[in-house]
Amino acid sequence: MTTKKKYPEKWTELNPGCMVFEAGSAKAHKTGSWKAQHPVWDNRKCIKCGVCYIYCPEACVSRTEEGYYAADLEYCKGCGICAHECWPGAIEMKEEEV
Amino acid sequence: MAKRVGMEVAIAAAEAVALCRIDVAAVYPITPNTHIAEHLAEIVADGRLDAEYITVESEHSSISACCGASGAGARAYTATSSQGLMLMHEILPIVSAMRLPVVMGLANRAVSGPLNIWNDHSDIMPQRDSGWISFFAENGQEAVDMSIQSFRIAEDPEVMLPIVLNIDGFQLTHMIEALELPSQKEVDRYLPPFRPLATLHPDKPVSMGAYALPDIFTEVMKVKDSVLIDSKKTILKAWDEWGKQFGRWYKPVETYKADGAEVLIMTMGSMGETASIAVDELRAKGVPAGLVKLRLWRPFPFEEFREAIKGAKVLIVCDRAVSFGGPGGPVAAEVKSALYSDAGRPAVLNFLIGLGGRDVTVENFKDILEKGVQAINKKPAGGYIFYGVRE
Repeated sequence: MTTKKKYPEKWTELNPGCMVFEAGSAKAHKTGSWKAQHPVWDNRKCIKCGVCYIYCPEACVSRTEEGYYAADLEYCKGCGICAHECWPGAIEMKEEEV
Repeated sequence: MAKRVGMEVAIAAAEAVALCRIDVAAVYPITPNTHIAEHLAEIVADGRLDAEYITVESEHSSISACCGASGAGARAYTATSSQGLMLMHEILPIVSAMRLPVVMGLANRAVSGPLNIWNDHSDIMPQRDSGWISFFAENGQEAVDMSIQSFRIAEDPEVMLPIVLNIDGFQLTHMIEALELPSQKEVDRYLPPFRPLATLHPDKPVSMGAYALPDIFTEVMKVKDSVLIDSKKTILKAWDEWGKQFGRWYKPVETYKADGAEVLIMTMGSMGETASIAVDELRAKGVPAGLVKLRLWRPFPFEEFREAIKGAKVLIVCDRAVSFGGPGGPVAAEVKSALYSDAGRPAVLNFLIGLGGRDVTVENFKDILEKGVQAINKKPAGGYIFYGVRE
């Protein structure tokens, strides 16, 4: 499986044991669609400590150019750990809109 | 040159595994596998084998350690019995899906409850759909030979699947037999070094055991099925080459006096030896009885099985495990399903025998075969019988 081609055309083209020889290939598979909540940052409260970035189990939080933090919602599962860990209270979990 | 020795089968199996120059053994002792575990540990401790013997805290750990070791490119071996295999259950389909050629010696023992340490096949049967190749040894020599064959078959680039070798607990493992142990030179000639598809190494990163979303899971299952079916070609080739080198020949389905037999009895594992004596005695009296022994359980050898039972009017299937509330013993259920589309199929009788170590004697097999004779030209009653149950 490669990032260029998301899935092989046929079952016979799969790598043995589904081994993945390319680093970072999970990027091709967007897994954020099943979350019930998503984090929203209030940058007025954010002190740029990066705790949210460190604690995110999906590694989907990254640093923006201004030094604040944001989650890539295409991979975020809405677990709320970032909001729980953010001691200045800059992250709020909001319900997904159906 | 091969050495003719008198040796306990479990010890001989451990010696055979050592001759395969394994890199890693992770075995948790459990009766009746214990002597395999202990003897392998002794061989490593004595410095006769340069291998890592990982002392694990459970069977879940032993199979997991083998999984990791095999992924790192090591030739890995484990052995267990009964509850140990039940504890491994979670990991078994992962090893096969990851195409890791781990070899396991299984000293078959009844599964609790109630607690029973004796021999039957209720430990292996629930693992049927784990995607492993599954062999049954009939005697000590087969346990030795097939231990060595297993590494070669499992590690073939066309296969790369784990193998479980069933060795009946006590009936085989604790028996002292006269057998031939091949020399190191002979084993080295038969078994090439392990060449893994990929190894876990920082210089060449690889992800093993990646997840599969619903979009691709079906394709992965198709591969697992296909690779296991195709492994039969390699198994046949490896057995053929074993025969040429060692003079002992192996087939997926063995027959004994099956030519012209109207009644066939089918066994797996050690009971074939006893059943063959019953067949001899009945044949001497002119009864058209024969024996079929299933050595290859997965992949199921449909073609060879049909060929072996051709012409029989009654096929008696001996099961050593119960599928509670199901269609009979697991082997009979498979056999019946394999024969369903054949117009000339024999009547199938199913006996559940030798459960939890109960002896099955030559007299018992003669009695069962005679029941088969009585069923010739009669409509089969169907169902299954707990043979010898007190009522």
